Amino acid sequence: MTSQTEIGEKGTAAAETRRAARAASTGRAGDRVFAIATRGSGILVLVIMAAIAVFLIWKALPALRSDEANFVTSQEWSPDSTPARFGIAQLAFGTVISSFLALLMATPVAIAIALFISFYAPRRIAGGLSFVIDLLAAVPSIIYGLWGLQFFVTKMDDVAVFLNDNASWIPLFGGDSVGGRSILTASVVLAIMILPIISSISREVFQQVPQANIEAALALGATRWEVIRMAVLPFGRSGMVSAAMLGLGRALGETIAVAMVLSTASGITLHILKEGGNTFAANIANTFAEAGANGRGALIASGLVLFIITLIVNMAARAIVARRKEFV
Amino acid sequence: MSLAKHGSAPTSLTSVSMGRKVKDRLVQVLVYLAFALAVIPLVSVLWMVIKNGIGRFDLDFFSFSQNGIGPRDAGGGAYHAIIGTLEQVLLTSVMAVPLGILTAVYLVEYGQDRRLARTISFFVDVMTGIPSIVAGLFILAFWLLLLGFSFSGFAGALALAILMLPTVVRSAEEMLKLVPNELREASFALGVPRWRTVCFVVLPTALSGIVSGVMLAVARVMGETAPLLLLVFVTSSINMNPFSGPQMALPVFIWDQAGQPNDTAIARAWTAALTLILIIMALNLTARLIARLRRPASR
Amino acid sequence: MAKRIEVSGLHAYYGQVHAIEDISMSVEPRSVTAFIGPSGCGKSTFLRTLNRMHEVIPAARVEGKVLLDSEDLYGSEVDPVAVRRVVGMVFQRPNPFPTMSIYDNVAAGLKLNGMRGKSRLDEVVERSLRGANLWNEVKDRLNRPGAGLSGGQQQRLCIARAIAVEPQVLLMDEPCSALDPISTLAIEDLIAKLKEHYTIVIVTHNMQQAARVSDRTAFFNIAGTGQPGRLIEVDDTSKIFTNPVEKATEDYITGRFG
Repeated sequence: MTSQTEIGEKGTAAAETRRAARAASTGRAGDRVFAIATRGSGILVLVIMAAIAVFLIWKALPALRSDEANFVTSQEWSPDSTPARFGIAQLAFGTVISSFLALLMATPVAIAIALFISFYAPRRIAGGLSFVIDLLAAVPSIIYGLWGLQFFVTKMDDVAVFLNDNASWIPLFGGDSVGGRSILTASVVLAIMILPIISSISREVFQQVPQANIEAALALGATRWEVIRMAVLPFGRSGMVSAAMLGLGRALGETIAVAMVLSTASGITLHILKEGGNTFAANIANTFAEAGANGRGALIASGLVLFIITLIVNMAARAIVARRKEFV
Repeated sequence: MSLAKHGSAPTSLTSVSMGRKVKDRLVQVLVYLAFALAVIPLVSVLWMVIKNGIGRFDLDFFSFSQNGIGPRDAGGGAYHAIIGTLEQVLLTSVMAVPLGILTAVYLVEYGQDRRLARTISFFVDVMTGIPSIVAGLFILAFWLLLLGFSFSGFAGALALAILMLPTVVRSAEEMLKLVPNELREASFALGVPRWRTVCFVVLPTALSGIVSGVMLAVARVMGETAPLLLLVFVTSSINMNPFSGPQMALPVFIWDQAGQPNDTAIARAWTAALTLILIIMALNLTARLIARLRRPASR
Repeated sequence: MAKRIEVSGLHAYYGQVHAIEDISMSVEPRSVTAFIGPSGCGKSTFLRTLNRMHEVIPAARVEGKVLLDSEDLYGSEVDPVAVRRVVGMVFQRPNPFPTMSIYDNVAAGLKLNGMRGKSRLDEVVERSLRGANLWNEVKDRLNRPGAGLSGGQQQRLCIARAIAVEPQVLLMDEPCSALDPISTLAIEDLIAKLKEHYTIVIVTHNMQQAARVSDRTAFFNIAGTGQPGRLIEVDDTSKIFTNPVEKATEDYITGRFG
């Protein structure tokens, strides 16, 4: 803008001054409109986030007030009966245990894959290999659900029976009515789904490891694994933690695949081989169609809890990444 | 141990200690196995979808709806679901793409290091983690329960737009950051106002990258099911109008048919899955091709 | 423990690019040999072939022989990991492990080689830090991160880390180019002290430095861009800097080019 005023001051011909002034003014008006539009879209992101919280709370409150049972500790879910009785204990339990099992299975494999692509695979095909892992992320959850329900569940039947017969001394296993449509199966499907997320973020972190540190370890006479242990893993620790947390966030909120694979049943049990269990998201997808007015309110209330949990997990993960960036 | 004896090391060049070597090999085997382990479900899913989906991958499937066709009946198709998906995804993109690009422009061109920009950037990241079912519940509470609209393709598109927005912002932001600063400075030096610089210099330079990012984002939301169950509902007949009444979508079609006990319905579910995966893979591959073609040009 | 290096007919490549051509020379034990020459003449590449660090770069390869006393580093039985344990290296930019303390940085190589036991580690860490003239400056903060030290201290930490495993040869790739003059002087003093125990090879851009610290000097040059680097001549440092045989060497050290 200063340059425009300068032109205006120095311009000898009146026409040139006018033209410059016009250009400046349209430029300025255009700039203002454009700046407002871009900032407005940015602010809309914040508005949407706030609106999600506000509207979920608002529509959940009437149902919560009608609840005759304890919303946190009750295992029942009959919001449309009179009196309405519903609680999230069982949903929270199923959500948390299936997600943590998925995380437990996926994280080591995902990190190993990231190491494989970053340090072991031949450079020439590394790009192609990472595309294969990205394809795993591109498959929609409904297709994992269909595959899980129609194919994987039948395989897991045998696994469940085997574990039940041979490893029932582990408290998680054992119990009657073991079968494929269990929390364990849901966890395995979730693990497959969060694997590419954890893997790709870990890979990004590994790529940031300074070559100088890798060479330092090599020059000390470290084997490839020792280089990874000395220079790569310590450097990437916080990045891997946040990658795992983002994976956890995804697993907590996954709906359709779990809803299809799990044969929902009420009651909390540690026996993850038993058919049954339920999660927040699966419960919403499965019962929404038959829910009445109060039932919808109750589902929104449970969705609010899920929103808050995933929000906390995601914000924590992002905060770790952000803090790390300041260090490096 | 030899080190403690002050350098009387009978070091040999031929090998490190057996233990270290074994450990190194072991880890190598483990990471190879981990990759193989991840490929198994991918291959299994793709194989099952192709094997079971190919049977009904016929002309009928793409030209008929399910109107008047029960779960046990043969025939029928996903025409109505394909129409629904395309319309919903188009509406979603119309909302999310401009918003996402404008937000990215703000973050890169205007925000610099202002607190507002950092806050927005943080919440864009957090937004990527919103479960799709929660986005669906939000639109349910806002659009259906508060404003009193009923099920429609548009309601579903609103929820999908919330899921798509952060992906578009992130990929557009990355592409804009790749545009060299000299280009902007050259344009400013000519006295071109900032908005024209952005619209006619920066965005065109980043265009192919943004397009490929948008295609990946479209591929992602296309497979979303949960919000559509709450907002678009299901129907077995063709509804061309996305602004009124229930519509079908491919993912919901799969959910609906897979929930039936009959083989004919299950077969339709697999074929719909095959269709969906073909569209998504095509989008993914095209996006990557565009991204790859762009690279030499930008140098 | 210091060993003699005998190089014969050595070529190094980056993919299709021929980086250094047909180098034969020897490096005497318990002495400092300096590599000088213009940028891109392959002196750093050559240095990295002496502990098999060259092949770490994708598509890079080496032909020829490097004998350490009588063992060929490129023999078919030889494990590069074992070579690097015996031939230590200090890099251009100080590269302490950022996540490790000063103590752990020095102990890193020892732990790799299976040394356990706090008292033994303590002893070697102290000896190495003293050897690198760093002990007095850091003895009260051994558990602080190594990245918190000044550039010159970090470089001496890296030297301590390299000598902790008692290598037979110590390679230094322009170890002072990222440092201020005072830190440079400290490192040069250290080099003079280290040569009592080690065979030292140092790449340097600074001819005064080569003249100050080295016993023998090797001059490398390229015929033109895209041509491989070659060894022009190697001799006692005093001779190279006063009365070189080759015209190119004389031109270079008198500053007529490069």
